[in-house]
Amino acid sequence: MRRAELTRIALFALAVAAVFLLPFAISDFRAQQLSYVGIYLIALLGLNLLTGITGQISLGHGAFMLIGGYTTAILMSNQDPPLELLGHQFTNDVRDIWTIPIAGLVAGLAGFLFGFPALRLTGLYLALATFAVAVAAPAVVKKYQGFTGGGVGINIFEVETRTRPKEVTDPVTFETTREPINIVGLEIDTFNDWLYYLSWTIALVLFAVAWLLLRGRFGRSLRAVRDSELAAASSGINLATYKTLAFGISAFYAGVAGSLLAIATTFVNPDTFPIALSIFLLVGVVVGGLGSLWPLVFGAVFIHFMQIEWAQRTEAIVPDFIPVLGDIDTDAPGAPAVAFGVILILIMLIAPGGVAGLVRRLRALATRRG
Amino acid sequence: MAQFLQQVVSGLATGSIFAALALALVLIHRATGVINFAQGEMAMFTTYVAWALMEHHGWSYWPAFVATLMIAFVLGVGIQRVAIQPVTGTSVLAVVIVTIGLLLTFNGLAALTWGAEPQAFESPFPNATWDIGGVAVGQRDVGTLAVVIALVLLLWAFFQFTKIGLALRASALNPDASRLVGVRVGWMLAIGWGLAAVLGAVAGMLAAPSFLLAPTLMQALLIYAFAAAVLGGIDSPFGAVVGGLLLGVGLNLIETYVDFVGADLKLPVALLIILVVLLVRPAGIFGKPVTRRV
Repeated sequence: MRRAELTRIALFALAVAAVFLLPFAISDFRAQQLSYVGIYLIALLGLNLLTGITGQISLGHGAFMLIGGYTTAILMSNQDPPLELLGHQFTNDVRDIWTIPIAGLVAGLAGFLFGFPALRLTGLYLALATFAVAVAAPAVVKKYQGFTGGGVGINIFEVETRTRPKEVTDPVTFETTREPINIVGLEIDTFNDWLYYLSWTIALVLFAVAWLLLRGRFGRSLRAVRDSELAAASSGINLATYKTLAFGISAFYAGVAGSLLAIATTFVNPDTFPIALSIFLLVGVVVGGLGSLWPLVFGAVFIHFMQIEWAQRTEAIVPDFIPVLGDIDTDAPGAPAVAFGVILILIMLIAPGGVAGLVRRLRALATRRG
Repeated sequence: MAQFLQQVVSGLATGSIFAALALALVLIHRATGVINFAQGEMAMFTTYVAWALMEHHGWSYWPAFVATLMIAFVLGVGIQRVAIQPVTGTSVLAVVIVTIGLLLTFNGLAALTWGAEPQAFESPFPNATWDIGGVAVGQRDVGTLAVVIALVLLLWAFFQFTKIGLALRASALNPDASRLVGVRVGWMLAIGWGLAAVLGAVAGMLAAPSFLLAPTLMQALLIYAFAAAVLGGIDSPFGAVVGGLLLGVGLNLIETYVDFVGADLKLPVALLIILVVLLVRPAGIFGKPVTRRV
């Protein structure tokens, strides 16, 4: 094993340790926020594999997250009347954590199948087709009400299949005590801490998987497809195999992220996975740096905090130079979109490599001096 | 039969709106090989400008209409110069991402400036109907169709009979040769973007009276326009118009006569059209198949 790889493994071990110790130092609220960052990281790892590494643009990854999220919600659900598919009624069927791999596989299969028509589409046309998928997906969900809960959605807050600290009220003293969640000897008191550990454990595992996938022959082949399909095919790379596989794996990641998002929000409806989500994922990958791995963390942090924090500070980011043709409504939901859009354009114009590109540039500067 | 004809007429009107937006997409794709994902949002934004001119500044419809077209033209030219020109010729992904950035920016700007609540948008045509042989023909529908047809003819004449039109066609066809004979290709591309923005503004102002003006006005319309452009052939202006009209009528008839689809599944049907056309005949009905030299 080369030294560089040993260093990488050591750094990864450090990151694992940091991730597991962090909840002791931060508030419950921060833990919840960071859980979402972990979830976005998983989705970004997947999208990056497809768009950054293999060069296949997807503007519709939110649709695969939707498939994952709905798989989890339907399997966990206990609606009245129950959701139904082909005569089977879903009532508390599967416990939340076991729905995660199922959600990944279902979304992965969908992605693999979508990969076949996508084979004939390149560049712009693929972007267009995936964009249309993401826009059309919520309409399909609303149509099949009996199976998906329609526009109302599925509430999984009160179902038995959900893991959470149980609250036990003493019938005599009315004192409520919380029974912590017990996972491999670790006692977790709050749902948010549980969510944090769940999402980050999965994120770290999938991160390592992505790294292993990409470091060898398989990763080289994917990059070859991106750089020149013609050259790749001439060197014996089966384009169809690699592209559909990239779609499948990428959708698997998205499905897992969607599943975790459903568990985190304890509720899904078509608006949980809007077209904006697909776009934000692309923004995240671009901010991190197309084709990079660890800088994607920056992308995940970026898309989460831009959505949550900046939305609440509209006034601060409405510059005075916006032409006022009407009255500015400072509570309007447009601010994050403007900031996202402008930053996205600026990155493409000034630093097309994202955070990864900046780091590379800085490193080049440092080594030149030495 | 009367119902069928009525659906065809109103389908033609909706279709002409698709056609205008599809034509904008085709114009840009022909000149630069780019699909502008922000086309719909730019159209929505300029429609808001027209609305603000009428609502807040007391303009009447037609002056506001013309002023908006001019503003849209300047906006289109400016965007091409500032945001698109620098990434042209790098990678498809870079250009797509920039247009997505523009999509977000305009969507957000509209919501920020004018709020997210839907607004009523005035139509220059009366909301009455003519009775033609038992078929109730909406005057607004006829007006919409007439505006789009007039615009297409105007555009065609511009490309065909003016010097700038010739230069525009030349720089789309062969940029290097055009540069050699003294055409300023960069500016021609910018003018192309400006014209596309004008078409989008018209589509937006025609769509707003029936769909209500909101930041989400053009999101579904953009998908329909994509479908129309792909159906007609993404490089064929004539195809875009025919594709738009076909799609408008087709979707209307499907909505009325196919119970399963109804109003809910119109978008997925458009998606299906996009996928099927791209897979079976990527050049569309009127496009020429591209052969690639390796």
